[in-house]
Amino acid sequence: MARIEITKAAIKAEAARLKAFFEAQGALPVEMDILLPAEVLLDLYGEDIRARAYMTQDPERGEMMLRPDFTVPVVQEHMSNGAEPARYTYAGEVFRKQEDMPTRANEYVQVGYEVFDGSDPAAADAEVFAHFANVLSDSGLHAATGDIGILKAAVAGLKTTERRREALLRHIWRPRRFRALMTRFSEAGTTLRLQNLERVRANLAQPEAPFIGLRTQTEIDTRIKALEEDAAEPPISASEIELLDDILSLKETLPHVLSQLRDITVDLPAISEAVSLLSRRSEALAKRGVDVENLDFEASYGRTSMEYYDGFVFGFYAEGRPDLPPVATGGRYDALTSVLGQGRSIPAVGGVIRPNVLLSLKGGA
Amino acid sequence: MVVKLGVPSKGRLMEKTFEWFSERGVTLSRAGSEREYSGAVEGIEGVELVLLSASEIPRELAAGRIHMGVTGSDLVRDKLASWDSKVIELAPMGFGHADLIIAVPKAWVDVDTLDDLDAAAAAFRARHGFRLRIATKYHHLIREFLKQNGVADYQLVDSQGATEGTVKNLTAEAVADITTTGETLRANHLKILNCDPVHRSQATLFKSRMAHWTDDTRATLVTLKDMLGLGD
Repeated sequence: MARIEITKAAIKAEAARLKAFFEAQGALPVEMDILLPAEVLLDLYGEDIRARAYMTQDPERGEMMLRPDFTVPVVQEHMSNGAEPARYTYAGEVFRKQEDMPTRANEYVQVGYEVFDGSDPAAADAEVFAHFANVLSDSGLHAATGDIGILKAAVAGLKTTERRREALLRHIWRPRRFRALMTRFSEAGTTLRLQNLERVRANLAQPEAPFIGLRTQTEIDTRIKALEEDAAEPPISASEIELLDDILSLKETLPHVLSQLRDITVDLPAISEAVSLLSRRSEALAKRGVDVENLDFEASYGRTSMEYYDGFVFGFYAEGRPDLPPVATGGRYDALTSVLGQGRSIPAVGGVIRPNVLLSLKGGA
Repeated sequence: MVVKLGVPSKGRLMEKTFEWFSERGVTLSRAGSEREYSGAVEGIEGVELVLLSASEIPRELAAGRIHMGVTGSDLVRDKLASWDSKVIELAPMGFGHADLIIAVPKAWVDVDTLDDLDAAAAAFRARHGFRLRIATKYHHLIREFLKQNGVADYQLVDSQGATEGTVKNLTAEAVADITTTGETLRANHLKILNCDPVHRSQATLFKSRMAHWTDDTRATLVTLKDMLGLGD
């Protein structure tokens, strides 16, 4: 397959076309800085973003970052100056180091559409997805969808301690650790939990080491108490673990998933609200002309790549082209707005398209 | 065209490298004065000795400016993205052993494993308002390791030396560093986490995939590998 050279001019023209489409849907065009203060992004995404983003130093402003995505600056701009409801669109370069996949572009254009409208979340989710599906409709892409809200609700509804639920919720986006925690809190983890406690007791019996660093004795005592309580706590029941496993392995068309989730709701009523949201979203999607009957849904979708997406998630992929990144991705990120808003949260859903990937498909590849 | 061989320019690593080659019939030596960074090679034709700082050898190999080089396997893995697409490990040399480990204050009686570190980091961030800081110069290796193991709520802070002192100086809560005996860690009231080291490092002879190889240099390489007892 010959590599087709796609010029920057062609990418810009395609980006302008996509942005014009979103403007025609009522979105306000916005422009964002390319050079962003690093602190907020680092605090939000941690070391992952440091590995992916280009950092630089400003003598006055300290550490700066070349824009790794638009979501954070758009949310910040909206929270300080915007009025609800609001719809925005933007187009511009983002910059990502590609250490693991050096052949992928480290500078590319994203076109985005973001909706801040809390009046009807199911309708807002459907609106975003439908616009993406429409503008991408002639490219023969495969759509993947999921909903992290289902898993979150299931965890929040577990009949166990608040601390265990919090630990699991914290690692929803890290499947391996989530799985390890599930095991530790289950029957199978009882010995492990006792061993952990015995280890700490053995450490306590040793001669005291001088106290150094910022972490305080109170913090250590609090954790020891937590380990003691956890060791004494009965495990999460086998049936609840099984229900979590059932949810995690759901992967079918949306109507099938919905009917299975309704069955699970009987044993796990805590997810009923999340399931009903999924059902309303499905209706809203159908109303917007999306072929819901054949729409794929995967309960685990979006867990590894998209921290802070905490509800509906979606992606559009070129089938048979695993070498290409997704053409478009998006989802609901209420959790991110609540972190950025220091308690003030704004329901938000949106997504981005990569025009260069779209063009490489259209080029007859 | 000659085969350029990069070797650490001073200290024990240089001496041990010279010894390793001389045991195999290749005599490396520093030319002229102690201060001059050029060398001589005897026992084989067509090899040029380039004396470099050990920390620069990975970069020089990746740039293809040297054909072969001796440095720590930790440095190659940390400094080169997709290191194995740029260099080939020809031979572990059996010296310069050190483990890259993560250590926390010994007073943290509740922390021995990565699980514990993750839990402590979550609580630390909630209480102090910033991520638990781990001082290191091995950013890439540590980040990858902690990501694989699902540790969250930490941040790496750069420390190019005296890393063990950062906790006492309140610039970090934990450290990730190279150690051989653990002596310095113990002296600074730190303990190593109870898990496999992030990486077991030793001095290693690397071949560059990026260097320009001609028929001449390839022939020289075959002869050299023969002498060093490295079959194909």
